[in-house]
Amino acid sequence: MIPLLSSFLAGLLFAIGLAVGGMTQPARVVGFLDVSGGAWDPSLGFVMAGAVASYGVALFFARRRERPVLAARFLLPTRQDLPPRLFVGAGLFGVGWAIAGFCPGPALAGAGAGVPQAWVFLPAMAAGMLLLQAWERRAVSRPSAPREEPRSGGRTPRTPQPGPPAPASTPATSTA
Amino acid sequence: MTDFSVLTPLAGGALIGLAAGLLLLLHGRVAGISGILAGLLTPRSGEVAWRAAFAGGLLFGGLAVGALVPQAFAVDLVRSPFAIAAAGLLVGVGTRLGSGCTSGHGVCGIPRGSRRSLLATATFMTAGAATAAAVTHLAGGTL
Repeated sequence: MIPLLSSFLAGLLFAIGLAVGGMTQPARVVGFLDVSGGAWDPSLGFVMAGAVASYGVALFFARRRERPVLAARFLLPTRQDLPPRLFVGAGLFGVGWAIAGFCPGPALAGAGAGVPQAWVFLPAMAAGMLLLQAWERRAVSRPSAPREEPRSGGRTPRTPQPGPPAPASTPATSTA
Repeated sequence: MTDFSVLTPLAGGALIGLAAGLLLLLHGRVAGISGILAGLLTPRSGEVAWRAAFAGGLLFGGLAVGALVPQAFAVDLVRSPFAIAAAGLLVGVGTRLGSGCTSGHGVCGIPRGSRRSLLATATFMTAGAATAAAVTHLAGGTL
């Protein structure tokens, strides 16, 4: 019950942060992305800076712990590779982001607030995710076309080390 | 539309980082919203409850803030439903192909020093800037 409640509260806090930062208003997101426009809106940059700084504090404390408070282990991405799909995907995401002014978080919060555009955006986004998944599954079933990246890969459990405690502040290289 | 105040967006960002930080410290998880939602679309055992709770918190947060401060959700962009749907499709495909979105790569990946996240963020920011400029100058700001 406590893990679920804390996840719920983290989501709630996330939505409040998005709204305070103005990121639930698509025009402000596009106003940041469009540096060519007459009246540039720097808000998104400040939101990102504030988020990166405060998440950095959480990371500092997380790296001093063997395991999270309510779970058995940290599950953080460890991949370092730079395949083409990372850039193609990020590029496609950027195009869609700038068209609607929504990324997944604000779209979800907007749906909660009853914004009609968010209710058009979210099902389309879910369809896009499922579409890619179906396409990847098809690619896997053909042995001649090996998958570029395993879907379940990229996340390695960080288990507590036996023996002398490994310096918890150094996984910067392993958990990048 | 243009508000050049600095402290409000910084405070909003700090709250976002705090929320993502709670998920990290309590659950050991990355608060990547596209990944969390994708995990709900193809449920695996043990991977549903915390995702649903987080997504529910985001939905409920939107509901609560929208009820108290409706202008926080103002949509001043002129976009047809078709354009919004196309954008959603691109975001869905793009975030899965690129393993993350603004939250997973930007908020959580960059502080971790992830090269993948830094480059992904630079890529979607650049693609977004080019697209936004194209909409303004080629389409007159509406789609």
